[in-house]
Amino acid sequence: MRYALMLAFAAGAFAQNIAVKGDTVHTAAGAPISNGVVLIRDGKVERVGPASQVQIPAGFQTLSAKVVTPGFVDAHSVVGLSGYQNQPQDQDQVERSSPMQPELRAIDAYDPNEKLVEFVRSLGVTTLHTGHGPGILVSGQTMIVKTRGNSPEAAVMVPVAMIAATLGDGARESQPGRSPGTRGKAIAMLRGEFIKAQDYADKLAKAEKGKEPPRDLRMEAFARVVKGELPLLVTVHRANDIISAIRLAKEFNLRLVLDGVAEAPMVLEEIKASGYPVIVHASQHRSDGDAENISFETASKLRTAGIPFALQTGYEAYVPKTRVLLWEAGIAAANGLSFDQALASITIDAARILGIDKRVGSLEPGKDGDLAMFDGDPFEYTTHCTGVVIEGKVVSSEKR
Amino acid sequence: MIRSFAMFAIAAAALAQTTPIAFTGARLIPISGPEVPNGVLVVQNGKILAAGPAGSATIPAGAQRVDASGKIIMPGLVDSHSHIMGPEGADGSAALQPDVRILDSLDVRDSRLQKAQSGGITVANVMPGSGHVLSGQTLYLKLRDGRVIDDMLIRLPDGSIAGGIKMANGTNPRRAAPFPGTRGKTMAMARDLFIKTQEYRDKVRAAGGDKSKLPPRDLRYEALIDVLDGKRAVQHHTHRHDDILSVLRLAKEFNFRVVLQHVSDAWMVADEIAAAKAPVSLIVIESPGGKLEAKDNSLASAAALEKAGVLVGFHTDDGILDSRLFLRSAALAVRAGMSRDKALYGVTMANARMLDLESRVGSLEAGKDADFILLSGDPLSVYTKVLETWVDGVKVFDRSNPKDRLYQTGGYGSADRQSALHLHGGEEDHR
Repeated sequence: MRYALMLAFAAGAFAQNIAVKGDTVHTAAGAPISNGVVLIRDGKVERVGPASQVQIPAGFQTLSAKVVTPGFVDAHSVVGLSGYQNQPQDQDQVERSSPMQPELRAIDAYDPNEKLVEFVRSLGVTTLHTGHGPGILVSGQTMIVKTRGNSPEAAVMVPVAMIAATLGDGARESQPGRSPGTRGKAIAMLRGEFIKAQDYADKLAKAEKGKEPPRDLRMEAFARVVKGELPLLVTVHRANDIISAIRLAKEFNLRLVLDGVAEAPMVLEEIKASGYPVIVHASQHRSDGDAENISFETASKLRTAGIPFALQTGYEAYVPKTRVLLWEAGIAAANGLSFDQALASITIDAARILGIDKRVGSLEPGKDGDLAMFDGDPFEYTTHCTGVVIEGKVVSSEKR
Repeated sequence: MIRSFAMFAIAAAALAQTTPIAFTGARLIPISGPEVPNGVLVVQNGKILAAGPAGSATIPAGAQRVDASGKIIMPGLVDSHSHIMGPEGADGSAALQPDVRILDSLDVRDSRLQKAQSGGITVANVMPGSGHVLSGQTLYLKLRDGRVIDDMLIRLPDGSIAGGIKMANGTNPRRAAPFPGTRGKTMAMARDLFIKTQEYRDKVRAAGGDKSKLPPRDLRYEALIDVLDGKRAVQHHTHRHDDILSVLRLAKEFNFRVVLQHVSDAWMVADEIAAAKAPVSLIVIESPGGKLEAKDNSLASAAALEKAGVLVGFHTDDGILDSRLFLRSAALAVRAGMSRDKALYGVTMANARMLDLESRVGSLEAGKDADFILLSGDPLSVYTKVLETWVDGVKVFDRSNPKDRLYQTGGYGSADRQSALHLHGGEEDHR
C-alpha cells in the first residue's frame, strides 16, 4: 500500500500530457484502430480512438508512429537481478546456501539501473515480472516493476508477486549428500514445508495477542502460499513433472502458475482441467535437458487447447543474457498464433495472469499510459522500436 | 535402420544423377546477381545447370518440372561456425592441440543435423570449442543425410578433407596450467607453436622428398604446415577489441590466413580489420552481455564492418544460436543498418569464401553444386518458413513431410533422447 502511494506521487510529479498518433493503434482491447490517437493525461490513458473522433487538447505533446501498441508486459524475467556481465558480482537470481529460501525478497536485489533494464525498455517492455529465478527448488520471491526509476521503490508495482520454484532436473542439487537429489525428494521436501507452513499459519491465527509463535521469515512466506495469498510459480518442463506440480498444488489448494512447460503439448488435457494458467517458455528457449522436446508451437497449442497463457523471456545463463520479448512473440506468431494472439501474450494476457490487468496490458481509459511505437509490424526483425512511454513520460526515443 | 538409410542414399543419388529438375515461377535470389522476380532453376547430377529469368534457360526435354510460384529460391545457407553433431576436439591435457581432429568425434545421428537442414543450412564449418588456444582441426561439411561422417565430407582437389584450424584468445582459453593465465601468455604460446612449425616445415622442405632425411613425423606440426602455406585458414575465436588486434598481429607475423570468429567488439576496430583484409564471421546476438567479453556487442557491428569494406559473414555458433533461425542473423543486421544484399551475402557467399568453397557453393550459378532452399516468403521476414532444403541435388528437408517438420518446429521426438532410442534398437527410422 505504501509502495503504491509513493509510486502515485512519483508518477504525478513527472507525468506529461501526451497524444500519440498511430497509423495503426493496437489496443489489445478490441480491433486495431486505423489512424488512431491515444491521449494520456497525468500518466493515465484518457481516450483512445480514431483521429476523426479524438481531439488533441492544446498543450499536449504530440508523437506519432506507424504502429502503436500497449507497453509490453514480460510475464517472467530475471532482468534487474541477473546482470548482463554474468559475473558472480551481478548474479542475484539464485542463492545456493539452501534449496528452499522463499523469504528472499526481490526488492532487496533488483537493480533498476542494470543495463538490461534500459535495454528491454528500449524494445518496448514497460512492465517486468522479475525476481528470483529458476534453477533451485525454491529460489525466493518475485516482484513486478515498471522499467523506470532510480530505486526499486520507484520502479515497483507489486513488491511480492509470487514465490519461485523449480521442479525436475533443474531442482536437483549436484553436490553429493545435498537434497533434493531426486524428483521424489523434491516433492517430499515441498510437502513437508507446506504442512509446517499450514501449522504455522494456524498457530498464528489462533494465538492470543502477545503469545504468537516467534517470527520465522521462511514460514511467513510459505504461509502466504498455502493460504492462497501468493501464487507458487513453478518452472517445469517434462510432462511428468508438470503433472507432479499439479498434484502438489491440488493437495494444498495452492494458486499455481505453471512456468516453462516445454512438454505441455503432451499433457494439454490435464493442464486445462487443472485450471492453472501458464507462463510459456521463450520461443527460443534451448532444446536441452528437461526441455529437449521444446517446440516453437507450444504457445499455439496452449491457445488451441483454451489454456490461459502468457509469453516470457525467462532466464538465460549465458549468451544472450536476455531474450527480447517482442521477437519471442514474433516467433510464436510465425508458428501458429495470430498477430493479435501473440500481441496479447505479451500485453493483456500477461497482465491478467500477473493480476495487474486493471492497470496495464491494454490501451483503455483509466489505465496507465504505457505504450510502444514502431515503424512497421513490431514482430518483423527489420522493424524498429521508435519510442516508449511509461505513464505519460517518454522513456526511450532512440530508434532501436 | 541402417538398411533404410542406405536405400535412401541410393535412391536419392539415383534421382540426382539422372533426371534434370526445373523449378519454375519462383523469385530467385542468386546472390551472384540481382534478384529475379520470375526465375527458373535447373539442376542435374547434383549441379546447377542453369539459374536465371524465365525464358533465359533451356529446360531439358524430360526434365521434371516443379511449379515453385509464390516461393523464393536462394542458395543453401553456409554457416561458418557451428557445433552440431557434438564435436569433441582438444582435451584438458594441453592448451594447443593441432593434432586433434573432430573428424574422429562427430555423431551424424545427432538431431541437430536435421534441425540445421530444416533451417536451410547446407554447408557448415563444424568446430571444436574455444576453451583452448588451439583446440583442433575443423570440418567444412555438406549437410547431406549421412550414414557415416564420410558421407558429409568435402574433398579438395588434392584428395584431402576440407576444414580449418580452430584457435581462440581472450578469456575462454585462460585456465589453470597447462593453459595460459594471461593474454600475453596466450599469444606467446601460440607464437611458439608457429615458430616450431616453421622449423619443422623447413626440415621437411630441406629433405627434398628424400624420406631418409625427413624429421620424425609430428602430427601437431604436420597439421599446421597447410596453415603456414596458406592452404588452410585459421578460424579464430575472438571478442574484445584488443584481442581482435592480437589475432591480426599473429596472422601477420606468420603470414597465415585468418577468419575472425564472433568478433563482439568489431564495431570498435572495423578500420583495423579492414586494413588487415581479414574476413569476419560475425555472431548476431540480440542482447548485450552474457559474458564479460560480449558486454559491448552490438547489432550495429555488421553495418560498421560493411561500411569499412570488410567481408562479413554470419554464423550460428549452434547451440548458442539456433540453426533453424539462421536467417534471422541477416535480418537483425539489416535492422541495424546493413544493406539487404550484403546481409544475404553474409549467410551464403561470404561464408563460402571464408571456407574456401566459393567455387562450389554460396550462389545460384551454373556449374555450382545444387545446394538451394525454397522459402515461403522473404528471407528476412520472421514469418517465412524454409519449405525445402536441397544438397547436391538431393532433397534433405521437406516441411510437408511430418517427420521433417517435427525437426523444424520441435516437439516430442525432435530431440536426442529420441534419436538415442532409435540408435539403440528402435525399429523406426527417424530420417
